[in-house]
Amino acid sequence: MIYRETGTFITSYLEDRKLFPIPFDKWAMAVFMLFMVFVVPFIASDYWLAAHLIPILAYGTAALGLNLLTGMTGQLSLGTAGFMCFGAFFTFNIMLRSPEWMNLPLAMILAGSVTGVIGIIFGLPSIRIKGFYLLVSTLAAQYFALWFFRSYPYFLNYATATVTLPDHHFDLFGIGETFNVDMASFEAKYLLSLGIVTALALFAKNLMRSATGRNFMAVRDMDIAASVIGIPVIRTKMLAFFVSCFYCGVGGALFCYAYLQVLGIRTFEMNRSFEILFMAIIGGLGSIAGSFYGTVLVYEFPILFSWAGDYIFGGAFDTAVVDNVAKIMYGILIIALLIREPGGLAALWATAKQKLRTWPFPH
Amino acid sequence: MKTKLWITGLAMATAMSATAPVMAEGEVYIPMPVYRVGPYATGGTGYFGGIIDYYTLMNMTEGGVGGMKIIWNECETNYNDQKGVECYHRQKEFQGKQALFFDPLSVGISTSLVAQGRKDKIAIIAVNHGRTEGQRGDVFPYYFMPGINTYDEHSIITAYIGELEGGMENLAGKKIVLLFHGSTYGREAVEFTHMLCEKHNCSSEAIEVPHPGNEQTSQWLKIRRSKPDYVVLRGWGVMNPVAMQTGVRMGFPISNLIGNIWSNDDGDVKPAGSSANGYQAITTHPTGRVAKVIDEIVAKLYDQGQGDLEDKSRIGSNYWNLGVMAGVIHLEAVRVAQARFGPDVNSAQVRWGFENLNLDTARLTELGANGLVPEIKTNCMDHVGGHQAKFMRWVYAETKWEVASDWIDGDVELSQAIIDAKAENAIENEGITPRDCNDPAQRDDFDV
Repeated sequence: MIYRETGTFITSYLEDRKLFPIPFDKWAMAVFMLFMVFVVPFIASDYWLAAHLIPILAYGTAALGLNLLTGMTGQLSLGTAGFMCFGAFFTFNIMLRSPEWMNLPLAMILAGSVTGVIGIIFGLPSIRIKGFYLLVSTLAAQYFALWFFRSYPYFLNYATATVTLPDHHFDLFGIGETFNVDMASFEAKYLLSLGIVTALALFAKNLMRSATGRNFMAVRDMDIAASVIGIPVIRTKMLAFFVSCFYCGVGGALFCYAYLQVLGIRTFEMNRSFEILFMAIIGGLGSIAGSFYGTVLVYEFPILFSWAGDYIFGGAFDTAVVDNVAKIMYGILIIALLIREPGGLAALWATAKQKLRTWPFPH
Repeated sequence: MKTKLWITGLAMATAMSATAPVMAEGEVYIPMPVYRVGPYATGGTGYFGGIIDYYTLMNMTEGGVGGMKIIWNECETNYNDQKGVECYHRQKEFQGKQALFFDPLSVGISTSLVAQGRKDKIAIIAVNHGRTEGQRGDVFPYYFMPGINTYDEHSIITAYIGELEGGMENLAGKKIVLLFHGSTYGREAVEFTHMLCEKHNCSSEAIEVPHPGNEQTSQWLKIRRSKPDYVVLRGWGVMNPVAMQTGVRMGFPISNLIGNIWSNDDGDVKPAGSSANGYQAITTHPTGRVAKVIDEIVAKLYDQGQGDLEDKSRIGSNYWNLGVMAGVIHLEAVRVAQARFGPDVNSAQVRWGFENLNLDTARLTELGANGLVPEIKTNCMDHVGGHQAKFMRWVYAETKWEVASDWIDGDVELSQAIIDAKAENAIENEGITPRDCNDPAQRDDFDV
């Protein structure tokens, strides 16, 4: 009923290749995006922007990056937080050491590219080793990043442990000064993150529909078969590492700039890599939208639970009890979800969509 | 059936929900970003337990602070930076009342909030730790580290070693080794240790222990070769008991191993067993029932079956005492602000209170906190204020610390140069326009 295809006739190849072939889907997405851009910044409080939407966008970018590598190309990685660390530190250094005209999005792209090149270096072992062995070798990236930035205080501009990122780094093309807008406000940071994330997600979506994306998936499904049919396996793997680390780098930069507004090594410890891996797995490996679903679930669940605990029991229980119960519930939820639907939330959503198509007459 | 169950559950939950108390006039709100869960829960339950106990006592005996009842709510941070930031944004306003300040007892959370606190005009408190350059109140008006900073800590340790040797002049020719944790925290003291030894004509060496520090044989072999008179332990977690055990095994006298402020917990010495007997460490707040206020908390709360600690044996423990100390400092700042602005103060006014603390011995005695809290006198240029600490010695047979020294002052002059350099760096890196503390108008303006 809702996702109805009836009446939609595809008459050309161009139409067949549309991102949203179902009109309802297209309009729903358009309304959603308009809502996110024009309504959310005005109605959302600082709390919602600063503590929910912006971190979800930053985490989502990194989860998407990991998903491109692990979900699409089948190369396991535990170096995500390390690559985020590179992205964040390089963005800061580019902003700090460049002339006036440099702006944050451009710096993020440059830093992401450098991170991508570093990713290729750490991806080299993937030529020879696979699966869990690769997982262990990507750990090197994680430890190297932390060691590197700890050993060379130049990259933190000789600050002790953290740098609070200055507000003037957020000013784009002097808009803030000219129109007297606070470009470091949460609204501005949110819109900046949303813009970057939308562009990156669109790019990823289109990449996966291209020949390159099909190469990625061929390598994932069976790299020997892929090489037999003429796909350059090594080049594909390296490209996957480059693209993935580019996304992780930008994600790290967003994490530090838009979310925490503090740059420090501690932000990118090992457990961040795991967190992002869970986001990608729960959201659905190999799905672009799934990366964001997973992020929302992993990030929001504990918060919503503690909220609900506060609201329902009004402080009758210790925060420790609520927090522990939240962890138990979260564990149960994930186990149940992955048993019922190993494809993650994205697969669940796809099933729901299929059901909606035929609803209310499924037969 | 399933739906029914859901609805019943929901109905029950709604029925159980207590109606949220509406903030009345005559109340001040202080957020409590606790961590009762996770690897640092011992610190969190102790520290925030101490604060809650002190606030409860004040609500009971004095009707709050300056006639305003103190209310608080908890938010669980897990000592996790992201959760802490979320808690800050959630807690900065509660039922229409603004938070007076925010004290998360976490380096990560508090440093993440330095800039945000300034924007929201909410002071971020980090007792005894934090970014050293935060001492410069002109550069960081909304950041406070009451107590001591890293440099005070090490100059006080050097002064204590001098005391043990019978005078600072006897330090000449002695050798001091700094055994530090391989992290930013650990490295922060290296340069300053060399500076201290240069000043007192002793020789110094810094030896790094990689994180987590559960194997230190090679470091202690190195120490044995260089034959130092004293080893200063700048440890963290498991590194501390291992250092004591390895040191004793290598024949180093434990009484010459001096611990820093993160190497002074019961949890650091107990795992080392008898090796730790006679180990000395610095502290700003001696453990045990060392002040009147603690006896009062015990008598009025714990003996009546109240009190925040579940395990009564932790009364007087390191973190709980630190919490009581923090509570005393917090409420004194509120009182200072109330004295100038009237009872219903806002967060910017409380910031001014933190900047004008004057906890001298007379005032501390009045508060019943003498012996627990060091003298703290802050001003526009100095957001640390204490620069004083004592030493404790671990008595293995009685499993308790005994106070080993009187209050010792830090070498503030020597550390000022490094702090200024770091503050200059922060001004440049972070685009801060500092206040002018010599200008009385800027100095006395609470709303900066």
